[in-house]
This record gives sequence, C-alpha cells and structure tokens, in this order.
Amino acid sequence: MKDIEKQISKAQHKYLNGEMSRRDFIKYLSIAGASIGLMGGPFGASAMAGKSIRFDSWGGSTSEAFREFAFKPFEKDTGIEVIEGQFGDMDTYLTQIKASYPPGGEFNLAHLSAVFDYARYVGLGYDSVIDESKIPNLKNVMTAMTKPLRAITDGKLSAVPFDLGQTGLAYNSDKISKAEAEELGAGILFEDSLADKIGTWGEWRTNIWYAALYTGQNPNDIQDLDAIWKALRKQQKLVKKYWSSGAELMSLLANEEIYVTTAWSGRVANLQAQGHPIGYLSPPDTYSWMEYIFVLKGTDMDVACKLLNALLEPECAIAVAEAQKYPPSLDPTKVKMPETVQKLPAFDPTGKLEGYLFANPEYWNSKQIEWAEKWDRIMSGA
Amino acid sequence: MTQEKSWKPWALLSPALTAVFFFLVVPTLFVIVYSFWLRAPTGQDIPAFQFSNYAKFFADMFYPGLLIRTIRVALEAVALSLIMGYIPAYFFSQTKSKHKNMLIILILLPFWVSFIIRAMSWINILGDTGLINYVLLKLHIIANPISMLYNEGSVLMGLVQFLLPFMILNIYVSLEGIDKNLVPAAKSLGCTEWQAFKEVTLPLSLPGVSAGSLLVFVLAAGTYLPPMILGGPQNAMMANMVFKRVIGTLDWPFGSAISVILLVLIGLIVYAYNRYLGISQIFKSLS
Repeated sequence: MKDIEKQISKAQHKYLNGEMSRRDFIKYLSIAGASIGLMGGPFGASAMAGKSIRFDSWGGSTSEAFREFAFKPFEKDTGIEVIEGQFGDMDTYLTQIKASYPPGGEFNLAHLSAVFDYARYVGLGYDSVIDESKIPNLKNVMTAMTKPLRAITDGKLSAVPFDLGQTGLAYNSDKISKAEAEELGAGILFEDSLADKIGTWGEWRTNIWYAALYTGQNPNDIQDLDAIWKALRKQQKLVKKYWSSGAELMSLLANEEIYVTTAWSGRVANLQAQGHPIGYLSPPDTYSWMEYIFVLKGTDMDVACKLLNALLEPECAIAVAEAQKYPPSLDPTKVKMPETVQKLPAFDPTGKLEGYLFANPEYWNSKQIEWAEKWDRIMSGA
Repeated sequence: MTQEKSWKPWALLSPALTAVFFFLVVPTLFVIVYSFWLRAPTGQDIPAFQFSNYAKFFADMFYPGLLIRTIRVALEAVALSLIMGYIPAYFFSQTKSKHKNMLIILILLPFWVSFIIRAMSWINILGDTGLINYVLLKLHIIANPISMLYNEGSVLMGLVQFLLPFMILNIYVSLEGIDKNLVPAAKSLGCTEWQAFKEVTLPLSLPGVSAGSLLVFVLAAGTYLPPMILGGPQNAMMANMVFKRVIGTLDWPFGSAISVILLVLIGLIVYAYNRYLGISQIFKSLS
C-alpha cells in the first residue's frame, strides 16, 4: 500500500512538472485506485495474508489499551499489521464465526469470555493448538486459569487466559445498606420488598446459577430443577427489566431504574469510578469467569504466538486491566500489580483463585437448548 | 411490441433482479432449507428433512402466543400511526407556508439519529428518575414515580416513533395528488367543510392510508429493537425469539423455522391486501 502511495506521489510530481500528460496521469490514478481497492477493500484480507493478523475484541477503552500497549509495539517490531475488529457479545461473535466460510477462516485471534464458550469453539472445531514454548510470558499466567482450559483440550491450550471477572450482584447503596445486602446474599434477587426494582441479565445461565444459590444448590450440579424454575417464576414477577448489554446495565443502575441486579464486576467498578452509589456483592460461589485470547483455526501460528506473548507483557496486561476494570490473568505472586488493579472486584492476591466457582463447561453446554428455551418461557411469564 | 423492445425492459431490470435474486431469494431459500435441519448438541447443524422444528413451534401455545402478540402489537402500531400521522400529513398538504419543505424534512429528521439512541433516550424521559416523573414529583402531583417504561405501552411508543414518518409520508403523497379543485367544487354544491373532507378528501387519500398501513405493519411485525430496549419480560416479539434461537443458542434450524412461519403469515397478509386493495396502491401513492 505504501509503495503505491509513493508511486502516485512520483506521478503527481511528474504531472505538475509537465513530464506527464493530464490524460496519462488520470489513467495512472485509475489503475492505482483499482489496485488499492483490491488490496484494501473486501478482497483485502486475502491480498494482505501473511502480513497481517486479525484481532477481535470488545472495543472501547479495552481496544484502545490493546492498541497502545500491544499492537503498536508489535507492529513496529515485526512489521505485521494487526487488523482490529469488534463484537458486542459472545453469542453474536460465535454466530459470525459459524457464518463465515470456511467457519472461522476470516478470523484469527479473539478476546473471548467464559470457559464454556472455549468448549463450544473447540467442540465446533474452530480452534488451533498453540505452541507454548513460543509464548515465554505464559509462565506468568495463573495456573488456576490455564487448568480449566487444558482440561478441555487434552492438556494443551488453544487460548491464553487474559483476565478474570465475575457476574456478581450490584446494589444501590443509597437504598440498600451493605449489611442488608450481605445478609440477603443471592436472595437479594428474589426479595419481595424490592419488587419492580430488581434487574438481571436476560441470559439463562446467570439466572439459573443464582436460582441455584438461592435454593441452596451447587450451580454445577443442580439436583432439584423444579425448585429452580419455581424460584425463577417468583423472580419474574419482581423483575423490572431483563437487560441485554453492559451499556443498558449501567444506564439502569445509574438512573435508579433498578436497585439491584446481577452485574459484571468490571461494569460495577466503572460505575463506582464514575461516582455512582453502587455496591458490589460477591456471595459464596459467585459466578466467576475468565476471558482469554482464543486462536481460531487457520491462523498463522508463528505470528499468533508472537502477538500472544506481546499481549501477556505485564505492561500491556495491566494497562488493559485498568481500562476494562477486570484483573489480569498474570499471577500477582509473580508479577507485581499496581494498587489500581489490586482494588478491582474479583482480584485475588494469592493467584490461586480458591473459592472462585467457574461454570463447568460440559455440564452447562449439555443443558443449553433445554434450559435456554425453558428460561425464555419463564422470562415471558409463560 | 417488437422482439427487440420485449427484451429491453428485462435488460434494464437485470441488475435489480440479480440483486434481488442473490440478496433476497437465495438467502430466503437458505432459511427455508435450514428450517428442516437439526441442531447437534455442540451447535453444529445436521442436514435433514424433517418437521420437528415446526412441530416444536406448535407443540403448545408459547410460540403461537408470541406470534399472536406480534401481530396484535403490529396492528396497534398501525392504528396509532394512522391516527397520529393523518393530521400532520393533512396539514402539510393544505399549508401554504413557505416552510412546508422544511417541515417535511423535519419528519425525516429522526432518521438521522441512530434508532438505538432514540430508543434509549426514552429512559431519560419516561424513567423513574426521568423528566416526566421528576417534574410531577417536584410539583407534588405524585408521591412516587409512575412506572411508564418496560411495558407494551412503551414498546408501542418506540414503534410509533420509528414508523410514524412512513405513515405520514404515504398519506401526504396521496393527499398531494388530489385535484385541488375538488373540495371547492364540493363546497359549491352545498357541502360543509367536514362533509367535503369526509366525502371527497378522505376517500381519495385511502390509497396512501392503506400503503402506509401495510408498510408500518410489515416493519412493526419484524421489529426487534423496541421490544428489546423498551419492553418488559412479557413484551418480546417474534424477531426477539428468532434472535435468541439463532444467536443465543446457535439453533439455526429452529430459528429458521420461526422465521419461515412469520414470513408465511406476513406473506398471507400482504397477499390478502393485494387481493382486496391492490398492491399497486402503494406505487400509486408513491408516484
């Protein structure tokens, strides 16, 4: 692309000096324009193959941190361009991958979330196994975060864990005291006195998880399913809004439309940083999850490993953590974390993540169709 | 028509027909084919020819109930848009104001703002801490905020806000096409203002009314964002369910079956419209 720009500049110089006719100059511009169109347009991906890598993430401040602390130095060092993409949520992105041809072929790396989605991608055959010896910074990553991924891919990795989060409980601390919230625990989402002031993410896993905690069951091994549906039906009558995006969650809490909701820990930290009176509660067995950089099938693995290593550089991982308000996957006993990171919800100074409960991918993925449809009916009041 | 002339319209239409074929007919055929497939537990699609997805839809009243709700809400949106749209359209057609064109542009102004932003902005107006509740509470007219969001009313409001310009413009074009001498002629024969409107203007504007109604109905029945942003748990419509099945659970076959059922139903309604009113009315009112 830069070569073409130089050639155009030369041709313009010649034209201005009278060394080239106007007709020839316009002809030259047309041909150059067509070349740029082919390389930079919809056919660009294949034209640029080998010199670029695509990276999809959540956008916003997270992307800015990635660009500043990982992509720019990486591009400077290697000459490989990082093409950034964005997605709104995991399900939409997986649909995009499935719809591409060959599936995942247009994509390389993605900042994905939740171990059960790792299992879904692997189950659909969209993964590539990474060569860990080419990612020296992987040694700094918490073993507690690589272990669940290895369990799915026969001891190998198709992604590197990148950050840690929780779907905990957020409450308006002007309306509900900390002591009251802690006493209610998961029951705060089912509290009659908060009718019409309760919100929750309209996603089936989260709500079934908290119904399990409310009914005293292990979310990864629910025995009394009827009690779950009964609890969710009771909750449905109390819920004002099943929200569908982080922006909506923040708007509902900030505008006091709801006083309590399931909430992503990073979003709560953002609201707190903005000065809103929002408390965060993580009762025992809070729904914990991790985000990881997944390598999709067909990716140039040498390039991918180089970039993954750059992303795991402490400077980059910490900057992204500060931007998105989720603690990094780096083990705090190996890499010193600044105070800003230590104060983030879900941060574990031990690096062992004991007491953090992750969704068992096999268990939850096997229930998806049945429970998601049941949940839709309950949510609709049926 | 000579042989040469007979192929010319097709030649001229070929770019549009090609686009319609590849971007509408082919994808629709894919959706129909998918609706007979099966979904594997891992999310993969299994080619098959079976009707279990359709059977699942009609197994109980949950999905048909959603379909009925979708049609009902779409019809309510048509009625509201008609009532709210006729008056401004009539005003635009009658006014001699030099700002008439500017007023018509104002109707289109909301399209310049993202629909998501427009829908979200209602939260600041109708919410518990929104403008209306704030004013009413400050004036001590109410003691507690009135709940105005996340119900069918707010969904309808979002729909009307989105669809009203389609109705206004269709009716306006129809009213503009009426011979300006007809109303004075009716009056000279003894009609009152109201009678002239009822006997002359209203019947002649019906093509625009029906064209606007059809467009509003089709768009409302396939809508997705207003129920998602402004609706409560019980206000989901068919498009929301398609989204959940296709995106949420990667169940493309069942999502496709729901889409086909909605497509067939809307197709039947459009067919009935064409049979009794004539689809050409839309083109008349737009021409």
